[in-house]
Amino acid sequence: MSSNNETSFQKKIDAEIKIEPKDWMPDKYRRHLIRQISQHAHSEVIGMQPEGNWITRAPSLRAKMVLIAKVQDEAGHGLYLYSATETLGITRSELIEQLQTGKAKYSSIFNYPTLSWADIGVIGWLVDGAAIVNQQSLRKTSYGPYSRAMIRICKEESFHQRQGYEIISKMANGTSEQQEMAQDALNRWWWPSLMMFGPHDSDSAHTSNAMKWKIKRESNDYLRQLFVDRTVKQADLIGLSIPDSDLNWNAKTKHYEFGEINWDEFWEVINGNGFCNKERIKNHINAHIEGEWVREAAIACANKNKDGIKA
Amino acid sequence: MSKATLQVWEVFIQPKTGAHFQHMGSVHAADKEMALQNARELYTRRQEGTCIWVVRSENIVSSKPEDNDSFFDPADDKIYRYPTFFKVSKKVKDL
Repeated sequence: MSSNNETSFQKKIDAEIKIEPKDWMPDKYRRHLIRQISQHAHSEVIGMQPEGNWITRAPSLRAKMVLIAKVQDEAGHGLYLYSATETLGITRSELIEQLQTGKAKYSSIFNYPTLSWADIGVIGWLVDGAAIVNQQSLRKTSYGPYSRAMIRICKEESFHQRQGYEIISKMANGTSEQQEMAQDALNRWWWPSLMMFGPHDSDSAHTSNAMKWKIKRESNDYLRQLFVDRTVKQADLIGLSIPDSDLNWNAKTKHYEFGEINWDEFWEVINGNGFCNKERIKNHINAHIEGEWVREAAIACANKNKDGIKA
Repeated sequence: MSKATLQVWEVFIQPKTGAHFQHMGSVHAADKEMALQNARELYTRRQEGTCIWVVRSENIVSSKPEDNDSFFDPADDKIYRYPTFFKVSKKVKDL
């Protein structure tokens, strides 16, 4: 029975037929999805912190409105993804508990601090840019609810990248102080952005089944290369230099070659020793505890107004 | 951990007047009003809709994938339900 199921499941995958919540799926497929989608959701939610850090100090009213809209979008993306994860039979409170206890990870990029306004530009340009490369590929993922969430997110994400590039372009063409800030931000965020695509294909623990099941559609290294090729030209255009002495255009392959990522740093940050890991989780726990009375009041109110639902 | 658990609601949006409502995703809420407000915040930030429906997820009745054969196959051999089944001379207009 189960091997029959498995065969017809794989047939559907091979025929590019999406898997929907009530369809039979291998337990490992379900667990892989829960891990990957929730990690993605947590990243969106934790990602609000480094940017939210600059809302009160945005340099103009326009910049502030745009940044608030962007941070609100990130909350929305987190919610789309949580609701996609919940279709796999896990509750929101379990997911949040996994985040807060460290059982579930989020993208390590958000454990780096945002030191200047230029960082907000670079986050939109590079971090959202890297996320878009990854997410565009995930629109074709085999699980229906995840794919639909990705399509929605991609539509909204390109505004994020453009607002970031606008900030960094302005600064790169500004006073010498602003130019320095822009270059400094690029220097600090470039390598962590490349790390966002995860370990090399040869070292990636989760790749093989994920490709067979079409959860992932492209490999880490392929997507990273795509990002580098796009981004180097954008940096050239505004006169910023990529902090990599090995960066080199290969006319034969039509790709940029680039230096080796510091994988020790990558694993250090993933394992909880980045600049901001503890602060990010602490803030999340505090916000959650401080919001408890709101949820309680909402439920009490619903119970009181009989048109609501019984808790 | 949180003791208060909100309920899951499914959200349907009508993209413009006259159009079909489409399922968009879900939200968590304690009651109808909160579900509508959360749906508005989450799914219509960019003029995506002219009307929103919300319904408790547990009130949705769905067909089961394992019943698909008996449920949908009977339509497979009834191609006479399509206009192309009928051969009509090219001379006949407006039919």
